[in-house]
Amino acid sequence: VTTTLIILPAVAALVIWLVPMNRISAGSLAVFAALAEVGVWIQMLARFDFSQSGLQFSQQRNWFSDLNVSYHVGVYAFSVWLVGLTAVVMAASIAYAFWAGRDRPRAYFGLMLLLDSAIVGVFVAQDLLLFYAFFEAMLIPLYVLVGVWGGPGRIGATVKFVIYTMAGSLLMLASVIVYGLSKGTFDLTKIPTSDNKWIFLGFAAAFAIKAPLFPLHGWLPDAYRESPPEIAGVLSGVVSKAAVYGFLRIGVTKFPGPTHDLRPLILALAAIGLVYGSLLAFRAPDFRGVVAYSSLAQMGLITFGVFAVNDLGLNGSVLQMVNHGLLSATLFLLAAMVERRATTGELGRLGGMARGRPALATVLMTTGIIALAVPLSSAFAGEFLILAGIFQRGWGWAVVGAAAMVLAAMYMLRLISAVLHRDPGPSVTDAALDLRPAELGVTVPLIACLLALSAWPAAISGHAFGHNRAQNDVLHQFAAGCRTDAAQAMQQLKLAAGSAPTGNAPTLIEHYFVTDCR
Amino acid sequence: MIPRPHVDWFALAPINALLAAAAIALLAAVLVPRRWRRLTGAVVCALGYATAFGFAIALYVRSAHGTGVVSNALTRDRYTALAQIFLAAAGLLATGVSFRERMRDDHVAEYYALLAAAGSGMAFFVASNNLMTLFLGLEWLSISLYILCAVDRDLIGGLEAGLKYLIVGSFGSAVLLFGSALVYGETGHLDFAGINTVHHSSLAVFGLAMLIVGLGFKASAAPFHMWTPDVYEGAPTPVTAFMAAATKTVALVVMLRVLTVAFAQDDKLWTVAVAVIAVVSLTIGNFAALVQRNVKRMLAYSSISQAGFMLIAIASDNALGARALLFYLIPYAATSIGAFAVVAARERELGVPVTFENLAGFGWERPLLGVAMWTFMLGFAGFPLTGGFIGKFYAFSAAYRHGWTWLVIVGVVATLVSLYYYLGIVRAMFMRRPEELQLAPVGGSPPRETVLQTVVVTCVVVTVGSFFAVQPLIDLAKNAADALPL
Repeated sequence: VTTTLIILPAVAALVIWLVPMNRISAGSLAVFAALAEVGVWIQMLARFDFSQSGLQFSQQRNWFSDLNVSYHVGVYAFSVWLVGLTAVVMAASIAYAFWAGRDRPRAYFGLMLLLDSAIVGVFVAQDLLLFYAFFEAMLIPLYVLVGVWGGPGRIGATVKFVIYTMAGSLLMLASVIVYGLSKGTFDLTKIPTSDNKWIFLGFAAAFAIKAPLFPLHGWLPDAYRESPPEIAGVLSGVVSKAAVYGFLRIGVTKFPGPTHDLRPLILALAAIGLVYGSLLAFRAPDFRGVVAYSSLAQMGLITFGVFAVNDLGLNGSVLQMVNHGLLSATLFLLAAMVERRATTGELGRLGGMARGRPALATVLMTTGIIALAVPLSSAFAGEFLILAGIFQRGWGWAVVGAAAMVLAAMYMLRLISAVLHRDPGPSVTDAALDLRPAELGVTVPLIACLLALSAWPAAISGHAFGHNRAQNDVLHQFAAGCRTDAAQAMQQLKLAAGSAPTGNAPTLIEHYFVTDCR
Repeated sequence: MIPRPHVDWFALAPINALLAAAAIALLAAVLVPRRWRRLTGAVVCALGYATAFGFAIALYVRSAHGTGVVSNALTRDRYTALAQIFLAAAGLLATGVSFRERMRDDHVAEYYALLAAAGSGMAFFVASNNLMTLFLGLEWLSISLYILCAVDRDLIGGLEAGLKYLIVGSFGSAVLLFGSALVYGETGHLDFAGINTVHHSSLAVFGLAMLIVGLGFKASAAPFHMWTPDVYEGAPTPVTAFMAAATKTVALVVMLRVLTVAFAQDDKLWTVAVAVIAVVSLTIGNFAALVQRNVKRMLAYSSISQAGFMLIAIASDNALGARALLFYLIPYAATSIGAFAVVAARERELGVPVTFENLAGFGWERPLLGVAMWTFMLGFAGFPLTGGFIGKFYAFSAAYRHGWTWLVIVGVVATLVSLYYYLGIVRAMFMRRPEELQLAPVGGSPPRETVLQTVVVTCVVVTVGSFFAVQPLIDLAKNAADALPL
């Protein structure tokens, strides 16, 4: 099943490239393939056993044996949600692009499907080199998609984007080589943890650039502004999650020591990004700018959750990854729809779009309300969990996070009022219609997912790391020991060292607890 | 009467097949009517390469244990056979690229004769097992290439390229010869294995340095690269393709053999020397390529930096490094020939040298070639989904296993720099509008070139295929590298 998820879009892409077809059939084939991907994912979800914590739907084939590199894919309980996010967001983006119309449709849709395949690959790869290959393969379609179909400043934006991300990726390649060769295997489920700070930094650089974290976000505003809106949605909604996923799957789990030592640094960067991104979002002059910078802020928050490395934080960050992915894809699509009507995204020239356009108003309002994390929304649940998690690491971080939530409310409300309320801006004419059924067809499913998560956030937060009761009890004891009594903690550490399965497929939470008591 | 050594004709078959092809093509230049010369020459040359390819494969299969040939002057082992497979394939593809090259009819058969002769010299060169045959092979292939560079009299810069290559190349050969003499003088042995049986003092080390320099010239590694940009730019594009793929392949393969077999005891010295050359090549090649506007010049500098990556594998001096080199050569050769083939196609379409400016819109006008070029650039840059990625991964792994993490870092940084110009080609082809084209196209549809397109597709298949089928290829390389004492 896992391989099907990777192959399906890639095959569809090849068909679109090789078989001559017109705009309509290429587009509909692409939409069909993307929906089929969602279908396969739903079927996988239905068969997924959440009572287990290990790897499922695992498939392994030899790639080259002398360095122990293999094609090994599979999903964990947390990655299954991210795969789903990818499938859903990609389907919505492709459908929107089909409706909006893009030049050179065959090339465009083929690349979109290839991107779909690569991102799914990142989330399911269980081999370091395979992970790296997918991680870089994402860049190939993105480069062309932004560079060919983007706005007027696209060439500068793509160069910046590629150079930034490749700088990180190549440092990661060096780390992959050193890590894999020194441990004798590249298999993520078998490779033991490492204490080498430099290897960790190599990985961290790649993920921090792709996410992006604070000082490394230079590519972000240009890329998000110049790319076609649905690509920006994919970039901020899904591609950035691949980076955080990397932190989660490799950074935190494989490098417990460096994670522990460098946590203050990374949390500080995340905190700066959180506040700085929120402030920039509040000051941004256009719709996309607000979403772009809010995305920077949100990535800071999710990084908080991951590097809190405890139950609450990790569960919250997975939930928030899905939330933010859906939200930011929706918001970028809405930005596209607004820009289409008003020919500009500048907030100063917009306004009053609610009057006579109830559908647009409702959709944007709903999304905005969820994005600013009002209680009962899924984003609130995610952020709350993250804050609760980070609180255990120090109340100061939680204060920063809470302050950022207030800022989030400020910039989202500013965005909503600037677009929907006030007097109609100079670019808003009566000729600008309400959302068309097709546009609703793209956005409403995304919002429906968000509402469903709002109703039942535990669907993800309770099912992200499996529920093995007995195991979890031991671990919870353990966590308690960490906080209260150092000597007792050491005692329990020794206990756990005996009981915890070492080497073979360590689950995240086990790992964290074993190592965090050091 | 001098006793005649036993001759293993089978081991010489690839060499002789190409030599025969050269002779027949040369006869065709005289006997065949002018109209048929182009076709005859090309077919004979292609047949020669195909036969050599077949023989080399047979040799590979049947030479699990290395043996000497003709009194140990040459070797017959899988290492040699694999290198011959590479160069025969490269030659076959280069013949395909040459087929539609605009060239006067009167000397076209000689062109193919020389192409086959150069291939024959290379096949001899990689088989060489002592310093004498080494030099003989080197001169054999070089002289053929000198003429090939200048063969097209109508090409502006062709003569300059030939002359420059002749002078600089001869200098390289002379250095190599002098080095050989020093080594022989010190050790009293000509054959590689014998050289290593004697303790080396400073004279032999001088000789070693000169041998590295001489082979470095052929591999166009910096700082012995000065001729490369001009020659690559000036020579007819198919010849450039052949030189980039085949000459570099054989020079590096032979370098690895000489260093590991004849100078195993000096490995502390030459690993460092080769590593330094690798770093210099990476630096100079990449930074000079950044500012090029002419695509052939850019590819020339890129080939210098690619040599740097392969030298990393050689400098590692371990089994993994030998494997890395042999594996890397597969996507590298396919990528270079493919890239130059695309350049040749654009050149024939426009009738002027190809620059970044006049590539604008090319990708959309001719999607097959455009996408192929895109693949080749990704292959050079070492992106996943191309064999270049695996090749780089192996080369860096070998360096790490040697204990040189710093070399890995250098390689990684060099890759980053190289991205800018490789992706620059993609940018030029796909992201700029044809209106930005700075010259008026001649009009009419572009020439239909089935042969060239077949070559390009083959190269794409090899470039991409070597990403997926790593295990069989690495086994191939591994078996070949077993012939070396690593």
